[in-house]
Amino acid sequence: MAGLPEHLLRRSAEAKAKATGRPVEEILAELKGEAPPPAAGAPSAGSGPVRDLAKESADLGVPEDLLRRAMIARAKKDGTPIPGEPGAAPVAAAGTAPVAAGSPAPIPTIPEGVRTQRLLTVVKAGAIQQTKREPADKVNTWPHLLAIEFVALLVLTGLLFVFSIYVDAPLLEFANFNQQPNPSKAPWYFLGLQELLSYFDPMVAGIIIPGYGLAGLAFIPYLDRNPSVRPSDRKLAIMIFTFFVMGAAILTTYGSFFRGPGFNFTFPWVDGIFFDF
Amino acid sequence: MSGKDKGGIMSKLAETGQHIRSSQAWSSIFRPGSPFRDGYSDTPRNRSYVIMNNVLYHLHPVKVKRHGVRLSYTLCLGGLSFFLFILLTITGIFLMFYYRPTSPQAFLDIQALATDVTFGQVVRNMHRWGAHAMVLTVFLHMARVFYHGAYKPPREFNWVVGIVLLLLTLLLSFTGYLLPWDQLAVWAVTVGSNMGRYAPVIGDQVSFALIGGTQITPDTLLRWYVLHVLFLPFVIVIFMAVHFWRVRKDGGISGPL
Ligand code: HEM
Repeated sequence: MAGLPEHLLRRSAEAKAKATGRPVEEILAELKGEAPPPAAGAPSAGSGPVRDLAKESADLGVPEDLLRRAMIARAKKDGTPIPGEPGAAPVAAAGTAPVAAGSPAPIPTIPEGVRTQRLLTVVKAGAIQQTKREPADKVNTWPHLLAIEFVALLVLTGLLFVFSIYVDAPLLEFANFNQQPNPSKAPWYFLGLQELLSYFDPMVAGIIIPGYGLAGLAFIPYLDRNPSVRPSDRKLAIMIFTFFVMGAAILTTYGSFFRGPGFNFTFPWVDGIFFDF
Repeated sequence: MSGKDKGGIMSKLAETGQHIRSSQAWSSIFRPGSPFRDGYSDTPRNRSYVIMNNVLYHLHPVKVKRHGVRLSYTLCLGGLSFFLFILLTITGIFLMFYYRPTSPQAFLDIQALATDVTFGQVVRNMHRWGAHAMVLTVFLHMARVFYHGAYKPPREFNWVVGIVLLLLTLLLSFTGYLLPWDQLAVWAVTVGSNMGRYAPVIGDQVSFALIGGTQITPDTLLRWYVLHVLFLPFVIVIFMAVHFWRVRKDGGISGPL
């Protein structure tokens, strides 16, 4: 068994010997792969289909002796002859088996209170995370990304601060529920919807269109089954999305700047702007 | 003579600094690789350590794809949305010190920001313009994600989380809109919330629960204040945590086009 230290192998062999009542040395040899397990002694090499374990090992990245063990175990389980290997000498495969062929060792009962453990399988290490290992061109987060983020934060804070020094947030008169301003407008991000309300029934403009719009938006990844991210492969998707974004932008602009008293049409450069942020 | 003396003080200071930076307390605060530690040098190992030994490790991996840090790819829009959220939290806490969600006190408090509170007006302005800017950056971020096809597997779910974030951003902005309790606030909110009333079956109930009655009253103000300063920020932070976590689990920023 490649890679396992001798003393661990011995411990394992001793435990197995205690449990099965077979000699320690025999089990140890078996574990090291120097001798095949007793029941496998009979069939001679070459009696089954030939498998080139060295090649498979290289292909799969699994150590050769593990492959051999797996092969032997499977053959034993299925009761089929062990497939031969091109390079293996028949003597090495069967000759040193200490137990007589054809008479498998009686399965000893495990004494009460003894726990046996087996190494079931060796799993090839792989990431739990869902990452495709593309040959990635990477840079250190520090300093490359953090520096950009820091500058972005500074610029953003600076711009917002300077803008806020010069432009004051609106504050009109105290709330008066008896005097509705004309026009009354929702916050700007709802003005597209308010604009729609002036064309359609509230059920359509207030519920159906925004409702389906939102649901459609949320389900985009499940509706668009095209795996490509190349713009030239996604003409339809891009067209539809752009259509809706432009539509929303136009309606919002229209509702914001081209609607005056009574929510009637105005030109902002003629009658002034009826809009507050 | 005096120059020599100065040098003495400077070297004393440097010595003290060195002493502090090599103390146990200091190195218990700044973990290995920190530039604040004694003798930081710019090596690949230390560049990794800076992230690994930093709370930012919860947000950033040690290395990121080179194209992902190019401004022209993300336009920094997701990051800007997040920064704006942080700025809004800071300015919002400041405003909370001076604001009472009752009528007419709410309006008077906002008015007093301009006259009685140092930096009151500018902080209010930053909060308001920042909020509008955040609605815009979140929307543009969504558009950039769409045009990159960055919602495609394995990132489908993060897009859905994003939509929830967009909704929460709008709700935060909308609930905040009422708080100045002026004509603009109450009538914009009246018009806006009237739209929701047409929803079949639940429209009236939802609107009743949100507004705290059949029309906007001072009770609505208190309710929306609590939603605005406590409930919605709490929820959006949770969704942001999931959003950022998924960006990493889905393999970082989507690949180059
Ligand atoms: C509060 C709102 C939001 C914040 C703070 C936020 C933040 C971020 C950040 C920092 C990133 C990293 C990449 C970048 O900066 O572009 C990101 C990526 C992403 N966001 Fe958002 N986002 C928000 C809303 C949204 C919305 C509305 C959507 C879509 C409907 C969305 C979908 C995505 C997706 C799919 C990614 C992965 C993109 C990629 O891998 O290229 N996010 N988000």
